[in-house]
Amino acid sequence: MNFKHANVVVIGSGAGGGVVAKELASEGLDVVVLERGRWVTPDQERKDDLSNQRTIVLGAPYGPDAEKEPRVFVDPEGKEQVVRPDDYRYNNNAACVGGGTASYGAMAWRYMAQDFQMKSLYGVPDGSTLDDWPITYADLEPFYEKAEWEIGVSGDVTPDPFKAARRRPLPMPPLPDSTETQLLKPAAQRLGWHPFHIPMLRNTVPYNDRPGCMRCRWCCGFGCECDSKNGTQNTVIKTALATGHCELRTHCIAANIILDARGRAKGVEYVDAQNRRQTQTADLVVVSGGAIESARLLLNSRSALFPEGIGNRFDWVGRNLQGHAYSGAFGLFDHDVYDDLGPGAEIAICDFNHGNPGLNGGMMLANEFCRLPYQVAGMAPPDVPRWGKAHKDFMRTWFRRSIMIMGPSQEMPVFSSRVQVDPKVRDYWGIPVARLSGVDHPHNIELCKFASDKAELWLKEAGAIRVARRQKTQSGLSAGQHQAGTCRMGNDPKTSVVDKHCKLHDVDNLFVIDASVHVTNGGFNPALTIMAVAYYASDYIKRGWRGGGFL
Amino acid sequence: MLPTFSVMDSNRPNRQMTRRYFLRASSATLLAAPLFQHLPVLAGPWRFFDENEAETINAMCERIIPADEDPGAAWAGVVHFIDRKLAGYYRRYQQLYRLGLQGVHESSLNLFGKPFVDLAAAQQDELLRKLESNRAPGNVWKEISAGEFFDRLVDHTLQGFYGGPRHGGNRDAVSWRMLSLPTAPMRSRRPLTAPWNITHGSPPEKR
Repeated sequence: MNFKHANVVVIGSGAGGGVVAKELASEGLDVVVLERGRWVTPDQERKDDLSNQRTIVLGAPYGPDAEKEPRVFVDPEGKEQVVRPDDYRYNNNAACVGGGTASYGAMAWRYMAQDFQMKSLYGVPDGSTLDDWPITYADLEPFYEKAEWEIGVSGDVTPDPFKAARRRPLPMPPLPDSTETQLLKPAAQRLGWHPFHIPMLRNTVPYNDRPGCMRCRWCCGFGCECDSKNGTQNTVIKTALATGHCELRTHCIAANIILDARGRAKGVEYVDAQNRRQTQTADLVVVSGGAIESARLLLNSRSALFPEGIGNRFDWVGRNLQGHAYSGAFGLFDHDVYDDLGPGAEIAICDFNHGNPGLNGGMMLANEFCRLPYQVAGMAPPDVPRWGKAHKDFMRTWFRRSIMIMGPSQEMPVFSSRVQVDPKVRDYWGIPVARLSGVDHPHNIELCKFASDKAELWLKEAGAIRVARRQKTQSGLSAGQHQAGTCRMGNDPKTSVVDKHCKLHDVDNLFVIDASVHVTNGGFNPALTIMAVAYYASDYIKRGWRGGGFL
Repeated sequence: MLPTFSVMDSNRPNRQMTRRYFLRASSATLLAAPLFQHLPVLAGPWRFFDENEAETINAMCERIIPADEDPGAAWAGVVHFIDRKLAGYYRRYQQLYRLGLQGVHESSLNLFGKPFVDLAAAQQDELLRKLESNRAPGNVWKEISAGEFFDRLVDHTLQGFYGGPRHGGNRDAVSWRMLSLPTAPMRSRRPLTAPWNITHGSPPEKR
């Protein structure tokens, strides 16, 4: 197909866009998906310790291009610098078909019911724009379930007494216990905690015509060589293309959204794979570029009606940029605990997500994904020199005898943490780039200390002879692969960007469907929630379309 | 646990060890008395470094990851990793290395009256610590930061030693063997014994 005019143009094919494309194409709408990256197939995965989405020193194979797509980073002192995607300050996620889901670790968390009601539960801390979501867990529950069964989740959450109500179990069982699980599970139980197998968007048995995990150590940050990891690229996007109603255009970079005389979205201007400017008109525009790129696109879409960017009348687009501060601890054992079985992360507790005295929210704690040698080389405790024989001894001692426990702290959103478009710096195609500035809320530091305390306790109970805390101690910009919050969902157009169905308050046929709409980001990896919100918003669009509501 | 390595089986034909290099290597062996006694063969062709620069970087890397009961950075060919990347993905660091190497030479003459490669291991370590803390003498360090150059070199050395052999370092996956890690099981790819994994060269079709 080659749609001259489409019913829907979706910008971005990640956790949000992929789901939207499938849902709407299955409904019979003609959908064009614009993806700025390439399609990376499983046989192209190189398992390169130095070039993957977690270790980007030799580039990010799942995008974006190291030379063509810079960003501007403003540090806490106000010093600005142009950064490339292979710089950690870039806060890269990915740019390819499937977005972050092509190479993620694939944890499949449902947020807890409390995570949608943070303001009601805790009040608003000073310096934060904390709020409740305009929707509840109950609104999303059926869509969480749909995501789990359509895209495919394994694990066992039944021992978790803190989970929100759910109707169906997960479709696949967990993997057999690794050595780390065999140590950590009884230790957590002795402490009175409730350990269970992490839900993962990963086949453990054949599912959706793809095989189960072969348990290699190249997992988080890598594509899956045997196609057992379930992203949108090997599930919903395939389904969308098979309907005959979806066209996926790779290497297409959206420049701005165009409006008609009535102030409704008319389509998208983009640069195609041959660097030609193109226009795609559509009845509906769905922006799913991730929290940084979605905000950038809205801010770059200036017109007489929206001189500061589309949907930005009250200066909320790009605000409340957040991610997850990770903290925990690294424990050394007096015996070998390394079994070279991926994915590594396997066992978690949710005992500390809420109800922690003096703290707003908390975090899930879990053991870490398999650590590759070069990654471990950068994790030496502070008393180990960075080089020389002592560092080599550290590698030989710790590599096979250590367990790491980490958790993503729920952040308090901050208005001044933001995405802007830079007035000077442009990308290869002449489009103004994203400019990231601000620091996270100081409460994060307290949460991180708490996470490290609990991780340390857990490791010691499991028999660690030495524990090195890995704790965030300084405020800084937080976004990264869990970037969220920049186009907040809310009922009040003055303090949010989209309504509770992900539709822009200001434009009737323009939607933002990705982690940008998250009011708060939970104490969990956000992928499954992005998918659930995408199913939920697609459901609204489908019902509106049947009623002729958008035409 | 470690397989036995020897210079003779390194599959690199006709690389003659220079007399100077042999003398230095053997004196280093006597002075530092490393347990791992097999000598690396340092030979080009080089993509970015000249012979002297390569020898200096090789010597610096070897102090960053020294040989002991396991091979160090020199045996693992970390200098080949850095050389290859400076001509490719790391070309943005070319100037840093070129000037940094001049600075190391200047500092070494200044402090000990000899080039870096001719220093005893303890002196080399002393100079590296001076670089690390930005206290190395020399005019070059007014142009670039010694600490920044050293940080970059440490990081690149760790990459070359602990990263995959495909990038030119970690010869024969020596660091992975040190950690008792199996090498990558990859479908339809050429194995670790492919020529460019042994000789630090590019795949033949790219030459």
